[in-house]
Amino acid sequence: MSNLNQAMIEKYRSSFLNEVEANVEEGHWVKMCMQCGVCSGSCPLGPHWEHPPQELFMMIRANEREAVLKSDSMWMCTSCYNCIARCPRGLPITHIMHGLATYAKRLNLVPKKQPTAEFGQMFWDSLSKNGRVNELKIGVGLYFKDGFAQGVKNAMAGRELGMAMMKTQRMNAMEYFGGHKCKDTSGIQKMLKKAQEFEDQQITRFDGKEG
Amino acid sequence: MAKKEYSFYPGCSSQKKASADNYLRSTYSMCDALDIKLNEIDDWNCCGASIGYAGGGEVPRIALSARNVALSAQQNPDQDLVATCAACWLSTREAQERIEENDKVREGVNAALDEIGLKIEGEQPKARHMVEALIEDIGFDELASGVQKPLEGIKIAGYVGCQTNRPFGIAGESFENPKYLDHMIESMGAQAVDRYDKKVACCSGALMFSEPEKGHALVKDIIEAAYDGGADMIVTPCPLCQMNVESYQKEINKTFKTKFEMPVVYYSQLISVAYGKSAKESALDGQIIPVKQLEDVTNK
Repeated sequence: MSNLNQAMIEKYRSSFLNEVEANVEEGHWVKMCMQCGVCSGSCPLGPHWEHPPQELFMMIRANEREAVLKSDSMWMCTSCYNCIARCPRGLPITHIMHGLATYAKRLNLVPKKQPTAEFGQMFWDSLSKNGRVNELKIGVGLYFKDGFAQGVKNAMAGRELGMAMMKTQRMNAMEYFGGHKCKDTSGIQKMLKKAQEFEDQQITRFDGKEG
Repeated sequence: MAKKEYSFYPGCSSQKKASADNYLRSTYSMCDALDIKLNEIDDWNCCGASIGYAGGGEVPRIALSARNVALSAQQNPDQDLVATCAACWLSTREAQERIEENDKVREGVNAALDEIGLKIEGEQPKARHMVEALIEDIGFDELASGVQKPLEGIKIAGYVGCQTNRPFGIAGESFENPKYLDHMIESMGAQAVDRYDKKVACCSGALMFSEPEKGHALVKDIIEAAYDGGADMIVTPCPLCQMNVESYQKEINKTFKTKFEMPVVYYSQLISVAYGKSAKESALDGQIIPVKQLEDVTNK
């Protein structure tokens, strides 16, 4: 993946904006931002963004490639869509933030241990394996993501909630040993593989070696 | 024959003994009371939710929703695709829009679907949230006319949250102050909290799991505003809002020295109870924080 990162640097040396437009979901909208800051002011986690959305847009235009892609800012997006609803220029900001996160992930530039990146990957792995999400396995996986000792501590802390979820029939211990899944899991895996190949081709096409 | 019939997409949380088991059970109870038939899409899959982007790119994520849309069209032709989960509904609508508008995405999605012998072609089923179907196909007046046990004297904060409200929302509603949940509360004979400050605030969504401290702070404000408005309980149309606002109250109390014990129910539970269904049918036993006032109504 770092090879892909190098290829992209070579290809778009002069313009990170062009790179974003070509490779990031809804990235062609970035140049429309007029820096009003309504998105940043509307974000429920606004104070936690090192670079709020409108700043990221400016940094993209200023060629701050590394600072943008290595930032954990876009991982603060809760997908509340306030920014989309309020942007006077109609930018699909939520999607651009997701797109930047996906692209940073693809280039292996996400900060280590970024919790939402880790959790999101567990979520994706679960659904792409079984077609449906296994809530219990993701929950347990999340507890233990920082090692066994921390996991036991987390699990003890969450024990009361776990018991309450069981009691109200909203969690099933048996889910750990299989659980809900689609019938055509192999079909879903094939479909996702094909979709991923298609998307990879769209990006590698720009390094001049393929496509 | 049932009065209305829909192709039903329950989503991962609304499965037996999953986190919104109470939503699923009360939805079936409500639909029985309203003479709505739900035809569950056979072998539906996860929509990718709002966190799928961490693992899947644009085309894989949209392919997931496209599979559901194609299955719905195949199994339940001419029926609207109705989701109860806000994220399922949103992902499905977004996917349909993107497939429609972006040639590259459409090409990729159809190539992926081709692997399993499916295709997006012709007119796609309309993706709707259950509350849309209730409001537009039945209407508040008719909903009110069937009430057998009015929820008299109960004050409820209508917590709309994010994803049934933005970016698509319910037709005719504003993003900043949508009224549909208040109307629904009043149709059932209860009183809606006026000017509920945090009506459209975010519960932190999936970040509750990865950034719990930030999530708890957001939920604290949502519950506090409900108390400020004199609410006996909160009602929501979204399974993640329900889970996030109801189930972390003990931890929030510890952190913020609060004494919250605010029940959080689904609109489907309100309707089910008001239409005379039992506490069990209305899945009141699925509440972590007991909702005594609704239990009392079912015992009347």
